[in-house]
Amino acid sequence: MYVAVKGGERAIDNAHAWLAEERRGDPSVPELSVAQIREQMKLAVNRVMAEGSLYDPDLAALAIKQARGDLIEAVFLIRAYRTTLPRLASSRPVDTAAMAVDRRISATFKDLPGGQVLGPTFDYTHRLLDFTLMAEGEPPAAAALPLVAAVSPQRDGGDCDPASRVPHVTGFLNRDGLIEDAAPEDSPPPDLTREPLELPAGRPLRLQAITRGDEGFILSLAYSTQRGYGRTHAFVGELRIGHVGVEVEIPELGFAVEIGDVELTECETVNQFKGSKTEPAQFTRGYGLVFGQSERKSIAMSLVDRSLRWRELGEDDTGAPAQDEEFVLYHCDNIQATGFLEHIKLPHYVDFQSELELVRKLRAEARAMKEAAE
Amino acid sequence: MTDQAYNFAYLDEQTKRMIRRALLKAIAVPGYQVPFASREMPMPYGWGTGGVQVTAACLTPEDRLKVIDQGADDTTNAVSIRKFFQRTAGVATTEHTPDATVIQTRHRIPETALKAGQILVYQVPIPEPLRFLEPRESETRKMHELEDYGLMHVKLYEDIARHGTIATAYAYPVKVEGRYVMDPSPIPKFDNPKLSGNAAIQLFGAGREQRIYALPPWTEAVSLDFDDHPFQPSKAPHDCDLCGAADSYLDELITDDLGGRMFVCSDTDFCAGRRAAGHIGRLGAAEPEVVP
Repeated sequence: MYVAVKGGERAIDNAHAWLAEERRGDPSVPELSVAQIREQMKLAVNRVMAEGSLYDPDLAALAIKQARGDLIEAVFLIRAYRTTLPRLASSRPVDTAAMAVDRRISATFKDLPGGQVLGPTFDYTHRLLDFTLMAEGEPPAAAALPLVAAVSPQRDGGDCDPASRVPHVTGFLNRDGLIEDAAPEDSPPPDLTREPLELPAGRPLRLQAITRGDEGFILSLAYSTQRGYGRTHAFVGELRIGHVGVEVEIPELGFAVEIGDVELTECETVNQFKGSKTEPAQFTRGYGLVFGQSERKSIAMSLVDRSLRWRELGEDDTGAPAQDEEFVLYHCDNIQATGFLEHIKLPHYVDFQSELELVRKLRAEARAMKEAAE
Repeated sequence: MTDQAYNFAYLDEQTKRMIRRALLKAIAVPGYQVPFASREMPMPYGWGTGGVQVTAACLTPEDRLKVIDQGADDTTNAVSIRKFFQRTAGVATTEHTPDATVIQTRHRIPETALKAGQILVYQVPIPEPLRFLEPRESETRKMHELEDYGLMHVKLYEDIARHGTIATAYAYPVKVEGRYVMDPSPIPKFDNPKLSGNAAIQLFGAGREQRIYALPPWTEAVSLDFDDHPFQPSKAPHDCDLCGAADSYLDELITDDLGGRMFVCSDTDFCAGRRAAGHIGRLGAAEPEVVP
């Protein structure tokens, strides 16, 4: 009696029990707390919040712990939680010029109003393993912390108060008409998580998709534009990281109330543009905005954004992947991608059986024809 | 996870309303793919998120749910989805096809004929029947609008020219009520005749691709073919080794490394029912085995 096809239920229960044990690892090693992950794995927490589209450092840290450090799995846990949350209100657009900046740099101007603020960056660290971090027991002395010790913040403008308004670099260029206008838009943006994706997607929807898209995928696409597949000629006009207040209009009160703040990374690129049949020579813009400190992602996002704007600027379609809206938007979501990729390990007995029958039939017919011919 | 933190059948009521609207539109335009704002679900894309969302939107507390994968109630993913709804909706479940009010399926239509009042929910990976002929969604939507199915007929013709037969064994396209060409999900073409004129409501959910489509009861769904190369459903040329059924779709099992094979019904409920009624196949025992 053949019974191996039975027993799925028990197998699942056992697999889950084993998984829980593996997640905990060696019980003689103290368990990680969610607070430890939130505080000491902050960039991983940021990535999970950005790609999970949910700003909640505690839940993102919990997801990382539950996912055993698999960040895409953690993003997935956050997405599956987020999707059940009711939509109570829409916030007003955040004012990034009022950001309390921890970091603010421009690659296009040596000095500018608001100053250059390096902030906590890896940029100028030497990538040497710091074995003092490995020493157990004693926490490393503050002076030995590499993230703040490697560079010292250089703030121009002397009495610059980081909480005061920091104007955007692109605004300076705009005064001379050197960069395209980006007029404020009042129409509510579409919501990718509430409406099915329809093409062609406008820029707001594209940006929304890219900001929650997979960091690796967006990075590689952006890189491909730098290497000639839909060239973007980008300069980082400005990159800023810091906290901004989130305000919600309360209809009963008739005014907006700040309900909290979020950490954001904003990147504005200034792109070379020689002009086209329809537009005069002018700098153009690419834009990136991501939850948390996510520099790589926000720079990559602004390059891909710029690349996708070829049609509106009258540029040529060179057939580059980063110019192809449908290709980018349909493949940037790592939860969709990993789900469909990994589903091929599920049973496909039935389909495979039908293929088996077909191949046998085709082979039998071919054999019969060959014999008939001989 | 605290189960109380989630609504009945997991999805919030606003989401269910959105899905029900898409379902109603799909029922009204049989075979047409209705875009819907598919949500992330707690199982991955590719595991049946579309089907799960459709089931969640259809379930009421009085329903009795059956979940099958590859025809079987006991495959891991079927167990997992059934447990999900037991946990989040608390609905009764069954493995017995005639007792179910809602049946979620992956890759099969049950052998036992469905009846009026039942809902069959299909999990769909690629809802677009033209996708592998034209990769761009913007193009294929236009082709459906214009009823431009020439490319599909050319493909079927080229199959015949090259192989002497239409080389599609599963996910075999059908034309619905003479209008939309529809992908029936990756069911073997053996199941295609059951799509047409079925008494049950047939709903198709594709989560990752954000599409819902439907066949209302008694809708005509014709498998594409040519007059001189008519459609032929196919199965392994054997009887079930457990219950002896000659007319059910069979799974092939490898029993040893000497070429030993056995063929058993893919529909486990159908097979168990036949054995309980006394039908015995080549290698079968009179009573279905008791699962430990």
